[in-house]
Amino acid sequence: MRHIIVEHLSKIYGSGDSQVAAVSNMNFTIDSGEFVGVMGESGAGKSTLLSVLGAMNTPSAGRYLVDGIDVYGLSQEKQADFRREFLGFVFQRFHLIPYLAVLENVMLPLTCADMNRRDKQARARSALSVVGLENKWKRLPSEISGGENERVAVARAIVNDPPILLADEPTGNLDSRNTGEMMKLLCRLNENGATIVMVTHSTECVAYAGRVMTLADGKLVSEGRPPIEVVSAALNIGSPPTAGT
Amino acid sequence: MTLKDIAVKNLWRRKGKSFFILAGLVIAVATVVGLISFVTAMTHTINHQLEKYGANILIVPKTDNLALTYGGMTLGGVAFKTREIRESDLAGIATIKDAASIAAMGPVVLGGVEIENRHALLAGIDFDATRILKPWWKVSGALPGPDEVLLGAETARILGLGIHEPVSIKGRVMSVAGVLAPTGSQDDQLIFTTMGTAQVLLDKPGVVSMVEVAALCNACPVEEMVAQISEKLPDAKTMAIQQVVRGRMETLSHFQRFSYLISGIVVFIGGLVVLVTMMGSVRERTEEIGIFRAIGFRKKDVMEITFIEAAVLSAIGGLLGYLLGYGATRLGFLLLAKKEAATVLLNPTLAAGALLMAMAVGLAASAYPAFMAARMDPSRALRSL
Repeated sequence: MRHIIVEHLSKIYGSGDSQVAAVSNMNFTIDSGEFVGVMGESGAGKSTLLSVLGAMNTPSAGRYLVDGIDVYGLSQEKQADFRREFLGFVFQRFHLIPYLAVLENVMLPLTCADMNRRDKQARARSALSVVGLENKWKRLPSEISGGENERVAVARAIVNDPPILLADEPTGNLDSRNTGEMMKLLCRLNENGATIVMVTHSTECVAYAGRVMTLADGKLVSEGRPPIEVVSAALNIGSPPTAGT
Repeated sequence: MTLKDIAVKNLWRRKGKSFFILAGLVIAVATVVGLISFVTAMTHTINHQLEKYGANILIVPKTDNLALTYGGMTLGGVAFKTREIRESDLAGIATIKDAASIAAMGPVVLGGVEIENRHALLAGIDFDATRILKPWWKVSGALPGPDEVLLGAETARILGLGIHEPVSIKGRVMSVAGVLAPTGSQDDQLIFTTMGTAQVLLDKPGVVSMVEVAALCNACPVEEMVAQISEKLPDAKTMAIQQVVRGRMETLSHFQRFSYLISGIVVFIGGLVVLVTMMGSVRERTEEIGIFRAIGFRKKDVMEITFIEAAVLSAIGGLLGYLLGYGATRLGFLLLAKKEAATVLLNPTLAAGALLMAMAVGLAASAYPAFMAARMDPSRALRSL
């Protein structure tokens, strides 16, 4: 089933001579439950593409459909609702709120949801148990490790059970042990039905994806299964990838 | 987790900024409350002092005469159709709408008498009311009883009479109970006795020549009271002693204008402090706001967080500002005018007004920062995306 459809998508920054096409006439689809890795050099357009897929960056041209919904045809407030209902974000720099405890950070996407405090807490605790941090719910982000912060970010991304997870360099700030654990966690979520789009520089991480899209100069230059040598290299950082379609 | 939780926790985390905003609001509210309390207390004090000036409303019989007085010299006149004021009519004054504002009412009956071949003016008055109406009176001896008189300073000198000496008025021998110290007014040339005695001596039973009224009312102008009394006594002419009334009004309005001006300036500055600090706070929280927007907060949710923060600080600022303003005014009076400190009272209406004002200033000054926060582009706010 076609879950995400991107048609002739372009994003141009600046105007006149200083125009830069961060994303240029891109076309692809992603099926429900796919784990897609997006690779490319710096400036290839990975982050811009992810922000467009995240309903946060209106494209200059083209269409972006999720389950038949033209996302950028929605009003800004409806786009906010779309982000809350359809998307979970995992950021490279975690982007946790420093003055909120772990549990409160995980509860954030539920803040405006029509449910009582107890239900919100129950769902946040459940999400924390998925990432193995149920015992650290009281801590502040500054009181836990980088790997744990990233797992809190994942818990926050999945707390409202979104069908799509967008991950921007989720292992960029992690050591190899935590990188392996994070990738296993993403694979587990993917096995449970989440569609994952992950931007990464890491060939080890991309080995966990079922499909890899490679960008260069804002264009989609190749896509397919990760090369065998990449998968082999991934064996050195933890368990072999089992997830992806 | 609610928007309120986020707002309160953020305020707690940014104690320095919160304190700065709070300080701005507290100073603004305290200044306004202090000035208003000061003006209110001063109004009370001025009114109290004005009481000492005595009567400010005069009731005289209606006459068709023209005044024949020039430069303090009375040239006489011819009375046509002078209507008398009956003592019994005065009870109606107690029933006017603003009767509670009447501090004292002193009827006077006047008439000429002859004493040792000299003409003098006898005044029958109510000595209890006179204590309020003419607080500057200083009497040597005592106030008179039914068969006694009080002499004005000039009368005593001209007639050569002293305390306890007998004086015959219209064949009735009376005793001088006291002599009035010089007042610089017409009182120096009068002979005073009780109302009943004067009415008998002057053969004016139940009649009064004029009535002096001391009325003090902050909420109602004296002119209004004059109109109310005129309605009750249609056959008498009721007049406000304009100089006293106008002087008092002008003094109070000067105070009020000054306090409103200063209050306006301070509130404006307080609002600017809130605006600038909130703007800084929003800029500092760019990334945080980006996260909120990225995970599905609507613009109105982001605005609401800013407004909740402003409302919490404003409420605290309003309350603290009121207490500070009240305390400072009371302390000021205690240090400078101890006697008047009791007139500075806790005023629930003013407290509610202070709270509302703080909320209005805080929320109005936060509107633009809240709008700025809400329209922040989440992809730019989160630079890593």
